[in-house]
Amino acid sequence: MIDVSFQLKGSALTVVVLALVEYNPDTLAAELKEKIDQAPQFFTNSPVLISLDKLENPEKCSALIESAAQLVQICRSLDLQPLGFSGVPEPLLTAVQATGLAILPKPSERALKIPKEIPKATEASVERVVETIVETVVEERLVQRLSKVITRPVRSGQQIYAEGADLIVLAQVSEGAEVLADGHIHIYGSLRGRALAGVKGDESARIFCQQLEAELVSVAGNFVLQDALPTNLFKKPAQISLSGEKVNIEALVVDK
Amino acid sequence: MAKIIVVTSGKGGVGKTTTSAAISTGLAMRGHKTVVIDFDVGLRNLDLIMGCERRVVYDFVNVIKGEATLNQALIKDKRTEGLFVLPASQTRDKDALVKEEVEIILNTLAKEFDYIVCDSPAGIEQGALMALYFADIAIIVTNPEVSSVRDSDRILGILQSKSRRAEQNLEPIKEHLLLTRYNPARVANGEMLSVSDVEDILAIPLLGVIPESEAVLKASNQGAPVILDAETQAGQAYNDAVDRLLGKDVPHRFLEQEKKGFFKRLLGVR
Repeated sequence: MIDVSFQLKGSALTVVVLALVEYNPDTLAAELKEKIDQAPQFFTNSPVLISLDKLENPEKCSALIESAAQLVQICRSLDLQPLGFSGVPEPLLTAVQATGLAILPKPSERALKIPKEIPKATEASVERVVETIVETVVEERLVQRLSKVITRPVRSGQQIYAEGADLIVLAQVSEGAEVLADGHIHIYGSLRGRALAGVKGDESARIFCQQLEAELVSVAGNFVLQDALPTNLFKKPAQISLSGEKVNIEALVVDK
Repeated sequence: MAKIIVVTSGKGGVGKTTTSAAISTGLAMRGHKTVVIDFDVGLRNLDLIMGCERRVVYDFVNVIKGEATLNQALIKDKRTEGLFVLPASQTRDKDALVKEEVEIILNTLAKEFDYIVCDSPAGIEQGALMALYFADIAIIVTNPEVSSVRDSDRILGILQSKSRRAEQNLEPIKEHLLLTRYNPARVANGEMLSVSDVEDILAIPLLGVIPESEAVLKASNQGAPVILDAETQAGQAYNDAVDRLLGKDVPHRFLEQEKKGFFKRLLGVR
């Protein structure tokens, strides 16, 4: 039963991160525009998180210290929607706060902090720490659930994309079908179509399948066609991974 | 409520209409009141195969447009009791089929009949989509060659994503594979895909294998569904398929090359 007019939930989402290495308001707009013009549909009205984590010499970055609002304005003028800042260094805190946008911790910061705090927790702070833990646990669970499960065969002409997630197919992927995922792809049947893992550039993504007969396999944009598949693995269990720009295709053998 | 069976394939010329005629006749012969509908608007064929082309007055599109009643358009089969044909229009095109109106007609027929067999046109456009949209059961007609198998795979994907049962999240359509024009001798020579090759690629249960037979062409030209000729292998194979469709467990026949007897070999008789 819901006794209030809203629900508070934890959620994980994928956003574009604009990680600044240096900041020069005069050139940034032009550079950013050039990038956006390469894929305008992808970026138009896209929410964006501004990360200052990698900013070199933040204390000397006077343009940003004086006005972080100008940076926000540049983003908005290019049809981006800045959500907030992350990894804000100390010297820039006041300026960023003045923009009124959210300030998020570095992605790993929160996860790291909590285990350290637990042993130290005193009676007085127990309540506060417990609260934080609950919040973190919920978030972790959601992250682990990020996979898409397909139970029926993926037929010729069908395309399945697991956005921001792994893809698990409990059937075959037919010739002429295409399966894509931002993460790993697991296929517990024959892979006769195309499988593309890490389509948004995750080079650690892998493809696992029970029977390799693919038309094409690709990890983070590096692909191999059927002709180039190792003949000894044809119709055999295999995994596909990336090292550098080389696509590795190996037998799927579980070490005992 | 009637069960709606779609006979479909994606590819043309594989035997959809021959199969629709045979299966609907077979169902009616077993005492199930059956109507077979030609969805191939503009390329009407079913009436020829069923041998009722001279009795077509009104058609499916006339009924959709309200120019005729269903009873005026339905043609009673002269050979088989309890079998009716709803012919397609030859002068219109497939866009004349509108989902809402097709549904009204199928619902009306469903009250009177046990089985509604929808003979799908080739392709994956409007006509084929309308034929499969309301189906409960699908018979995928496939020839043992790669392009036919790929098109069947494509149509299976469409059954899974664009049918009424898929859109409303109901129990999925029951899919059956019917392999037609099967020639065991050519399979043995490696010229044709084998039953197990096709089963492996499509991964759906096998309803039957219809051997390649001259009787099929003859039956088509005479306008008598081949299932009526119980002397022929094709007729027997279709009869087996209808029995399996109705849940009987019948072993598959005609999968192996026939051994020629001594005299046949001597005389070179085929």
